[in-house]
Amino acid sequence: MTDTKELIRLSAAKLAEKLAAGEVTSIEVTQAYLDRIAAVDGGERGVNAFLHVNAEEALAVAAEVDAIRAAGGAEAEALHVLAGVPIAVKDLIVTVGQPTTAGSKILEGWHSPYDATVVERLRAAKMPILGKTNLDEFAMGSSTEHSAYGPTRNPWDLDRIPGGSGGGSAAAVAAFEAPLALGTDTGGSIRQPGAVTGTVGVKPTYGSVSRYGAIAMASSLDQIGPVSRTVLDSALLHEVIGGHDPRDSTSLADPLADLVAAAKTGNVEGMRIGIIKELHGEGYQAGVENRFNDSLELLKEAGAEIVEVSCPNFQYALGAYYLIMPSEASSNLAKFDGVRYGLRVLPEDGPMTIERVMGATRAAGFGDEVKRRIILGTYALSAGYYDAYYGSAQKVRTLVQRDFEAAFTVADVLISPTAPTTAFRLGEKLDDPLAMYLNDVATIPANLAGVPGLSLPGGLADEDGLPVGIQLLAPAREDARLYRVGAVLESLLEAKWGGPLLAQAPELGELVEAKEAK
Amino acid sequence: MNTDAILSFEEAMEKYDPVLGFEVHVELNTKTKMFSSAPNVFGDEPNTNVNEVDLGMPGVLPVVNKAAIESSIKIGLALNCKIAESCRFARKNYFYPDTPKNFQTSQYDEPIAYDGYLDIELSDGTVFRVEIERAHMEEDAGKLTHMGGATGRIQGADFSLVDYNRAGVPLVEIVTKPIEGAGSRAPELAKAYVAAVREIVKNLGVSDAKMERGNVRCDANVSLRPHGRERFGIRSETKNVNSLRAVEHAVRYEIQRHAAVLDAGEPVIQETRHWHEDTRTTTSGRAKSDADDYRYFPEPDLVPVVPSRQWIEELRATLPEPPAARRKRLQADWGYSDLEFRDVVNAGVMDEIEETIAAGASASVARKWWMGEIVGRAKNADVDPGQLGVQPATIVELSRMVEEGKINNKMASEVLDGVLAGEGTPAEIVEKRGLAVVSDDGPLLEAIDAALAAQPDVAEKIRGGKVQAIGAIVGGVMKATRGQADAGRVKELILEKLGVTV
Repeated sequence: MTDTKELIRLSAAKLAEKLAAGEVTSIEVTQAYLDRIAAVDGGERGVNAFLHVNAEEALAVAAEVDAIRAAGGAEAEALHVLAGVPIAVKDLIVTVGQPTTAGSKILEGWHSPYDATVVERLRAAKMPILGKTNLDEFAMGSSTEHSAYGPTRNPWDLDRIPGGSGGGSAAAVAAFEAPLALGTDTGGSIRQPGAVTGTVGVKPTYGSVSRYGAIAMASSLDQIGPVSRTVLDSALLHEVIGGHDPRDSTSLADPLADLVAAAKTGNVEGMRIGIIKELHGEGYQAGVENRFNDSLELLKEAGAEIVEVSCPNFQYALGAYYLIMPSEASSNLAKFDGVRYGLRVLPEDGPMTIERVMGATRAAGFGDEVKRRIILGTYALSAGYYDAYYGSAQKVRTLVQRDFEAAFTVADVLISPTAPTTAFRLGEKLDDPLAMYLNDVATIPANLAGVPGLSLPGGLADEDGLPVGIQLLAPAREDARLYRVGAVLESLLEAKWGGPLLAQAPELGELVEAKEAK
Repeated sequence: MNTDAILSFEEAMEKYDPVLGFEVHVELNTKTKMFSSAPNVFGDEPNTNVNEVDLGMPGVLPVVNKAAIESSIKIGLALNCKIAESCRFARKNYFYPDTPKNFQTSQYDEPIAYDGYLDIELSDGTVFRVEIERAHMEEDAGKLTHMGGATGRIQGADFSLVDYNRAGVPLVEIVTKPIEGAGSRAPELAKAYVAAVREIVKNLGVSDAKMERGNVRCDANVSLRPHGRERFGIRSETKNVNSLRAVEHAVRYEIQRHAAVLDAGEPVIQETRHWHEDTRTTTSGRAKSDADDYRYFPEPDLVPVVPSRQWIEELRATLPEPPAARRKRLQADWGYSDLEFRDVVNAGVMDEIEETIAAGASASVARKWWMGEIVGRAKNADVDPGQLGVQPATIVELSRMVEEGKINNKMASEVLDGVLAGEGTPAEIVEKRGLAVVSDDGPLLEAIDAALAAQPDVAEKIRGGKVQAIGAIVGGVMKATRGQADAGRVKELILEKLGVTV
């Protein structure tokens, strides 16, 4: 048996190999992660990546996989490659048998009567679900500080944010509390947390992973995607969750490309990689810029052609995003009214009319950032303002798409830093929504255009020693290119570092204990 | 209590010119709902035909029902509309507990069908063209039942129950352009238009088309303008007028009410009105104003509907004959005169007669029953004839009993009353009420002798070959036997007695 401390640090691909070879059981793997969660997640100074731990069910699924493997035969042969490899699920994605809160008080204690399509697919692959991970309320935020259940801490520095909204999933993977996780990305909620925690996160092409069962923030932007420690692991998970779903009308009909094979291609020779002029330089932390340049050097050495592209309309992307996203969110969140499920708050006095019960429920159930976006969106869609706000934002969206189209005529893949800075301190930007929103400036264009994006660790910033993310972008339906370039860059960087970046992260167990001792 | 002043209809017509507009909602009879796989069934236990999509659970997504699109296209084609190359759904945002998502998914500025018309035949045979602005798809809301109050309305209720079985049922809303120039025919046109729409969707097979079940619901817009003025007046919208007669009455009432308001020099308020069948009046509902901001925007969870031209042509080829052609055919098949047929159409019993003939009655028997018996009863009960619940099989059975001489027409009418009162089948009622034609010739012959003796001059006429005079004798016999005699047999016996052969 492998030392559990080593076991939890293995990649999902490596775990899958060991499980298949019988070197380790799924029970051992799952229990090791549950132990790690128990050790580092809870308490005053814990990571707080998990809102719910699903130990019993996870172990039952692990036991089932072990039994099938032990019995051998056709059923064992038919097991999915990731069978028995545990996973964490962002608490925006509904699951039968576990609560789903969306990080909000308004859904506290609510259990979904149905599974999200991606969860059905995890179950079909027999991947034990470790639990549900923390997030900004309804995925609205870039720091996970807007969770109604307390912030998640960045495993690199417990006083810093893990990014958001999917800070829980990224932190869980970075803190070795899970080998894999699911996230959702509306404006960067998978990629930016990946960047600031030194992990890999992928926002697939819009429509390539079913949204059925992901609680909607902005329907035209939301996309579920993988969170992992290696590019190959994300490709493996992407293949589990991707592909057409008749329950999602925006789901693409085309079959999924062979993403795992793409991640194993091993070369980028002759590929044209485009630096987006507008997405680096001014406004980007020096250490971020330096690590970005390192990656460009490595890719050039590996035979890629580095070109520069200009996407002039990206400067309007953030503004357009903050009209389209809240507009859709204001409508998507209307259903949380206390009538059918979730929290119901009665007004303290006065008549008990439906309007007043709905009002009291929403006033008490939603946090400030959610209310801010509902108000913004309601305003933007109002008669007399629609054309100026929502209408104009849709035009910008078209222009951003055209910028991408033009860029992809000269480049196969685009590259930028994932976020302008490394992880900031907890509380630092909580009172300044605009500063918080700016953190997504490099990730938002991909959501507006529906194109896929991947963030992978690019090293540590010189000034603060914190992880920097490198973002790769590809044309719609060309997710495979991200895995091909991402895996090559990852191997070049790891060769330079002498191992995975996360090996340089502080020893978390001691950190948590030390903090608690204080 | 309704205290609105009204003018007489005639006076209103002397001064004003009505402009109408209709929004007719047609519930489609698809197997499943507009955006979910839950069954679309009327009358089941509340909240049983629902799934997570209908309840607006977190994370759910809509998927458009292809059968509903097909039905909508058929309706569009039957209304002579153009079918959109591509059209989207939108979200109509408002908070109300019958709408689980707190928005209704509806087509807004991109209807699937637009720019059509429907030719409406009025009772005197003139044809009036109603222009159709659009027919668009949307989902129905759930049904609220307000409990504890006296009126069944939300005001004064203690609490409300909500049934989401109807939430998500596919609807097609057919909107007319403003209808001008109907004049005093406006109420009649209103009824005839809704009847025509109902007939179309019924013949297409896309709706059960039962108004009493809300399958076809009409909102009637009425405004008046002084004769000779171009500009429309302010309109009222009378909601959910749910029978053909009510449509006619509601339009007539609103014309009279508007006229009184205008005559008093007051402005008509743009508002929704509620129709009250009991008093045949409307009362003020909600004022419509700019405050109604539904914040429409394109539904991002659905992709545009892009019906192929080939599919549209395939559907066009399957359309049943248009109502006008169908009428022509039925009149010819049944051998009714123009007047007879028009009366049938105006009485709204053409479908019922067709069904009765299909069940085995002759065309003349079917007409006699519907026009002679049932229409009158419906009028007394203040309902549409189809709503009385007379089954075609009942008429067939009754007419067979008459033909076989078991009962006479008078008795048959009495039996029909029994059937409508729920006393059982015709046979059971004949048995229970002891209704049977006297077939023993003995008592009949006595009555005939008495009748002939009482009217010797008539007897003489018959002997002399004036057989048509026999009615007076037959009448006397029927009177003496309190209607229990078989009139045919009586006639035979009289002729026999007088030695006349016909």
